[in-house]
Amino acid sequence: MSVTELAKPVAGRPAPFRIALVGAPNCGKSTLFNGLTGGRAKVANFPGATVETRAGKFTTQSGHIVELLDLPGFYGMSPRSRDEVIALDMVKGTDGAAPDLLLVLIDAANLRTHLHSVLQLKSFGIQLIISLNMIDLARRDGLKLDIGALERELGVPVVTSQATRKAGREAVSAKLDAILNEGLERRAMPVEKPQSRPVKELQAAARAIIKKTVLAEPIFNQLTRKIDQVVLNPVAGPLILIGILLFMFQAVFAWASLPMDLIEAGISGLGNMVSGFLPDGWLRSLIVDGIIAGVGSVLVFLPQIIILFAFILLLEASGYMARAAFMMDELMARVGLSGRAFIPLLSSFACAIPGIMAARVVENERDRLTTMLIAPLMTCSARLPVYTLIIAAFIPRQSVGFMNLQGIVMFALYMVGVVSAIIVAFVLKRTLTKGQPQPLMMELPSYKMPNARDFFIGLWVRISAFLKRAGTIILGTSIALWFLVSYPSSATALKDSFAGRIGSVLEVILAPIGFNLEIAIALVPGMAAREVAVGALGTVYAVQGGEENVEGLASVLQSAWSLPTALAFLAWYVFAPQCFATLATIRRESNSWKWTAFSFTYLIALAYIAAGVTYHVARWAL
Amino acid sequence: MRLDHLPIGQQAKITAIDDAPMAMMVKLREIGFAEDDLVKIVHLGPINKTPLCIQLNQTLVALRRAEAAMIRVDPLS
Repeated sequence: MSVTELAKPVAGRPAPFRIALVGAPNCGKSTLFNGLTGGRAKVANFPGATVETRAGKFTTQSGHIVELLDLPGFYGMSPRSRDEVIALDMVKGTDGAAPDLLLVLIDAANLRTHLHSVLQLKSFGIQLIISLNMIDLARRDGLKLDIGALERELGVPVVTSQATRKAGREAVSAKLDAILNEGLERRAMPVEKPQSRPVKELQAAARAIIKKTVLAEPIFNQLTRKIDQVVLNPVAGPLILIGILLFMFQAVFAWASLPMDLIEAGISGLGNMVSGFLPDGWLRSLIVDGIIAGVGSVLVFLPQIIILFAFILLLEASGYMARAAFMMDELMARVGLSGRAFIPLLSSFACAIPGIMAARVVENERDRLTTMLIAPLMTCSARLPVYTLIIAAFIPRQSVGFMNLQGIVMFALYMVGVVSAIIVAFVLKRTLTKGQPQPLMMELPSYKMPNARDFFIGLWVRISAFLKRAGTIILGTSIALWFLVSYPSSATALKDSFAGRIGSVLEVILAPIGFNLEIAIALVPGMAAREVAVGALGTVYAVQGGEENVEGLASVLQSAWSLPTALAFLAWYVFAPQCFATLATIRRESNSWKWTAFSFTYLIALAYIAAGVTYHVARWAL
Repeated sequence: MRLDHLPIGQQAKITAIDDAPMAMMVKLREIGFAEDDLVKIVHLGPINKTPLCIQLNQTLVALRRAEAAMIRVDPLS
């Protein structure tokens, strides 16, 4: 039995009540959570949608402090995917204490379909409150129900809510307050495995309750029906999906260029300012050449990350993302994955880290592993500064048909990543991650206007995670690189510095694929984070010249590298697993050093082969 | 009739969910499929007419054909 005590509001600082928000996916849990807590939540790490749990505090009318947990959506006692396992574990309190109360959210329009889950949750023995959410929409669609009767039949308090509005959340917080005033049993320990009746019986019981309490069922949401007639049309649907993706990637480049120029100008301005009042010496060199230039080279593509994530958040919040997964399912099934893998893979175009974490929505463990292994092949934004630099330096801006050659090369690099991912997944699913074809069971939510608060909170979570990375891994590697190229101070030429010595060892290995000493040196810090290589190349060539890099890195590279070397470098970057944070995420999510090592090894092998083939083919052909 | 054989747009009532492994039946039920509920196939995936987009009461659920085949239905006139 769990040890419980009766907690009354007392003077001093009582421990907060722990309340978990549970319910099916897409019933508005995160919106209610953001509304009640004001979005001030601690997030363990990058979330996909809500693949990581969030905890936030708020105070009820009578002053009770509540810690609210926002759990991933789940349907029942038999979790389908990793995030459902996590949610269920949190409810049971497997790693500590179970929540004191479960706030169960149900989309009021889907009451009939989901009510049996309340009966299932009752078997945990934790006090419940039911909130019928999006009640306004359900009522507009014709729902009429007797809430008093529903409370009596379920034996559980029932309120209605409209999580997007303050007034719509009032009933929930008032009911919570009332329950806490009466005194709530505290759970100090995990609950035992609940003994629940078979689902079939629960469904029959739930349908009987519906019959007694629901006076009129709503009609199917007409807006959703109309939109789906176009969006899921077998011909128009895929065209719309392709159009949205093209527009999204186009926007990432077009809309980001002005803010990126501004950031770039700001960073070099800051560097000049600092140079102005620091005396020439190691400290100025560290701050200006090491820290400002290093971190700045990464901050510059913050606009691209923001735009890409903004699109992904809007697609998810509107309900479209599930449709995209639906349309992609058969295609993904051909390589042995499920349509659900589409969402993590799309996120990976911004950054593989949230992508790998979002793979938790994939229903099967082997499929999830495969998704995590191919996620790093999606062209993440960290590659863009490298691609942009090399393309600007080596690919002429000539037009080919209605496109220009630079754009075509960029597009080709994206496609090589995608096609390689397909091939790798195909091979893995027939060898290492072989298994039975897995089912797809996915609810397609009704379309909704994305909520502004949810949108900005979601975006901020991702931006802050990115900035945190810039402030830790990238700052660290920038300082380390600066040290490696600047010392020992007796070194007059780059090849005598520490970086030069490490690079000259690497050069032996990399020379066969066309890489020179400078590339080898830049790849030393570049192994920690891809984009650092740009700053590193700048440092390497600037230091080597013994003066500030004035003419732009691109033109320096033009004279220093041959075209085959530049192309080989691009090919290398499509594959090379140059990101500590991604490898750490794979390690944590797969809970396996073996798979982490496998991921690193296969990617670096592909990078070496691709760069080598590119180099030698280009030398022969050009 | 099996749900995957139901013509698109045809309303039907679920009569049984039994022709499936236990774990699969539980999952189908937990997402909401139950006897006497109304279903209708409203959309098909663009490739190979799979997966199926099924309207179950007021909810839309995507299933592949193999899963839909585990649900038996009675078409309504």
